Amino acid sequence: MSALLEVRDLTVRFRSKTALRALVERDRHPWIEAVCDVSFSIGEGETMALVGESGSGKTTLARAIIGLVEPAAGSIRFSGCEIGALSRGEMKRVRHDMAMMFQDPRGSLSPRLAVRQLITEPYRIHDLKRRDLDAECRRLLGLVGLPAEFGERYPHQLSGGQARRVGIARALALDPKLILADEPTAGLDVSVQGEVLNLLARLQDEIGLSILMVTHNLNVVRHVADRVAIMYLGRFVETGPTEDVFRQPRHPYTAALLSANPESDPDARMARIELQGDVPSLLKRPSGCEFHTRCFRVQATCRDVVPARGAAGRQDFTCHFPLSDELSITARRKG
Amino acid sequence: MAATETTPITKPRLPGSFEIAFRLLLANPLGLFGLCAVVLIVLTVILAPWLAPYDPIRIMVGPRLAPPSLDHFLGTDQLGRDVFSRVLVGGRIALLVALASIGAALTLGLALGLAAGFGPRWLDNAIMLLFDTVRSFPVVIFGLATVTVVGPSLATIIFIVVVTSIPTFGRVARTQTMAIRNDEFIVAETAMGAGAPRIVAVHILPNIIGPLLILASMDIPVVITIEAGLSFLGVGVPPPAPSWGSILSDGFSYIRNTPWPVIAGGIPLILTTLAFTFLGEALRDIFDPKLRKDA
Amino acid sequence: MPADKHDGILQIRDLSLAFRTPAGRLKVLRDISLDLGRGRILGIVGESGCGKSTLISTVMRLLPANAEVTHGEILFNGNDLLRKSEAEMRALRGGRISMVFQDPMTSLNPVLSIGRQMIDIQHRERRSLREKRERAADMLARVGIPDATSRLSAYPHQFSGGMRQRIAIAMALMAEPDLLIADEPTTALDATLEVQIVGLLERLQEDFGCSIIFVTHHLGVVAELCQDVVVMYAGEVAESGSVRDVFHRPAHPYTEMLLRSDPGRIHERTRQLPTIPGEIPSLIDLPEGCVFRPRCPKAFDRCFVAPPAYEAGHDHHATCHLLARETVA
Repeated sequence: MSALLEVRDLTVRFRSKTALRALVERDRHPWIEAVCDVSFSIGEGETMALVGESGSGKTTLARAIIGLVEPAAGSIRFSGCEIGALSRGEMKRVRHDMAMMFQDPRGSLSPRLAVRQLITEPYRIHDLKRRDLDAECRRLLGLVGLPAEFGERYPHQLSGGQARRVGIARALALDPKLILADEPTAGLDVSVQGEVLNLLARLQDEIGLSILMVTHNLNVVRHVADRVAIMYLGRFVETGPTEDVFRQPRHPYTAALLSANPESDPDARMARIELQGDVPSLLKRPSGCEFHTRCFRVQATCRDVVPARGAAGRQDFTCHFPLSDELSITARRKG
Repeated sequence: MAATETTPITKPRLPGSFEIAFRLLLANPLGLFGLCAVVLIVLTVILAPWLAPYDPIRIMVGPRLAPPSLDHFLGTDQLGRDVFSRVLVGGRIALLVALASIGAALTLGLALGLAAGFGPRWLDNAIMLLFDTVRSFPVVIFGLATVTVVGPSLATIIFIVVVTSIPTFGRVARTQTMAIRNDEFIVAETAMGAGAPRIVAVHILPNIIGPLLILASMDIPVVITIEAGLSFLGVGVPPPAPSWGSILSDGFSYIRNTPWPVIAGGIPLILTTLAFTFLGEALRDIFDPKLRKDA
Repeated sequence: MPADKHDGILQIRDLSLAFRTPAGRLKVLRDISLDLGRGRILGIVGESGCGKSTLISTVMRLLPANAEVTHGEILFNGNDLLRKSEAEMRALRGGRISMVFQDPMTSLNPVLSIGRQMIDIQHRERRSLREKRERAADMLARVGIPDATSRLSAYPHQFSGGMRQRIAIAMALMAEPDLLIADEPTTALDATLEVQIVGLLERLQEDFGCSIIFVTHHLGVVAELCQDVVVMYAGEVAESGSVRDVFHRPAHPYTEMLLRSDPGRIHERTRQLPTIPGEIPSLIDLPEGCVFRPRCPKAFDRCFVAPPAYEAGHDHHATCHLLARETVA
């Protein structure tokens, strides 16, 4: 499988204090690493999911890929081109083939523009005005299952699900090869979540898109993603094929995330893992294994020694004491 | 509360935002009064040369300092000029100065404010320094100094008003721009490859222009009083051209003989100020998103 | 209707509410009835626009000026809240009834320290300042704030989102209310923190013995935490009953479809997730008969007449004509 997107050792830094203050305080490292040494690749027609809680760096990673934030180190190759080395004009070309869907279905649509203008915005940006924009608008609305009359509506007249469809239509306008979907189901009701996910799956089958999906919702990932990467404090703690990760998570954090999805069955009681405390601050990363402050299997080694990347089957993880088959996280019937 | 937010209404066609705004304006008594009065004032002033019964600058069309009569609705001044005609024509100058200077100040302030709000940090700092410098001068001192240097004229007054009002519009434009520059739809446009000019013109401007137009309509009476004030001090529109300020100023010297010129110059000034202020306040309430949610 | 009304803490009877808007009257709540027993946890579930937040605001009497209760009563400990004066309501809010919001910052003042706020809300109690302080620290410890006494001097922004929600819960429980209303308290939180808050509420309910209304769109949390559930759709109660009855034997097609589209229930990987086709009806012109009819796959001719609440089991009701047909057949 040829890789469409290849990310190697990517690090994204943000300043934690101003340069002057860092100088005065003699802080040699006035940065926080929102994304830290991340590597992965996405093949053509593949869906990969980045899963993590708020502050895990998953959105920052997606924004770095599309060029909204500057990476501090590492490489991003898209269709064989190194993105960091591109000029502004070449970058605009790359944006042709990459589109991003933002979290807030309505908030990511310019409020004073009608749907027709919103959907054809990419053509105007990329100077493709010669195309028949009305026909394009109808084609794109049809693709996402909205009637053509929706072209005349404004964002505040759309429901969450409709706004999300408009966002998808706009992302598809330039026939991209890769779609970065940031929380595609956030803010949507369960009955609509399914519609959006089905639509993405259908488009993928029809057009052969690759999708990088950023989400905190593991339930969603299971049905859409081929592979999944779990992020914690800006690093990948576990990656692998979705089925394998769901069947047998290796990293305790993955297991905790999986168990934190209460099932809508009053009699099913999960082997619940309640993590202690909060996600640590990126300013004060814990020593050793960064998950040790919340881990339910923590041991002395974890506090001091940084775990190396291990592998089991097709899964990769960074844990000294990975879970094995004896601790499986499946629903059990009560009494 | 959240009650109305969580109730999406899917109607076949919803009225456009301007239609709703217009309906709300008509439902607001003070706003309706303001709208009618502004329309009436503008019409009167445009038609002033035809409505005025006498030439406003011709002297001795009647006796001096005469009280109101059927021949002279508002009496005559110390040179025997018809005050009613002078008030009508003087309104032209008042509105011309107001609209021209507010228009120019709005355009320039908006441009600078957008640049400061969306541009790089250093540009923001430079523009803000400029605004603060201008604002730290008292308007009257600045006006008197400018008139002393370049001499009194209509253009001078407009220049003074433009320079002193740019920071007001500029600051509002900057604050509004900063409030939305990191909104998701702006980031989304950037991600699609849109350049700064397009983002500013197509996506930021339509979203910040509302409050600025309201501010402008509320600033018009302020400008009219600045013009009147400068003319009253004798550094505004040069005689014999009539202006509300000079009518007041002339009348003031003869207030012991007759109060009519002062009343005639003062009432249209008060009416115009009130009309624009009511209209502006009604517009502000209508465009306030908290009040608009019910619509 | 259930017979044991005496030990109920809150009963809502045929409550209808409308908003006057320039576009017309929005009939936001229609004939809502529900019972909350003493010491029970009731979940109110429904999708956006179903009126669950409005229902809570009506109970708290925190409605916008254009709202109008057209019918019904809200009995709290036997007294109709809709007939109470504003002063009486103020005494109840934060006293016998307290509330926890989705965003904890709504109830926390950003410029006052946590300790100061927790002492302030005890203004009705006759205690010394020192006792109030100790009580505040004790309360924080009970909701799982580590190092509670020294954290009293901290400000809301110095806590993480999960911690802030714990503090908001501590403040709501300070007055030992009879009824705690939690409006989507876990929606803004990450999954691992949601688990913590749900567990905390469960333990606190046992300690304090108060009744809880838990408003959410998350079916899994209801299954986990609540004993009773009310499913709302487009301003009406579609189904109500014990969580076990409703989730195992949903009697209303909407409940059934809602449960089926919960991705957490689907363990087999699928490319085609179940959905509920169609849209929520406009609250200005409602469909004739049953509100769910236009989206209901089981709709039949009788659904053009509005269904009453049929009994589907013991204390289990659903507003769907299918129940009538079953009893006839």
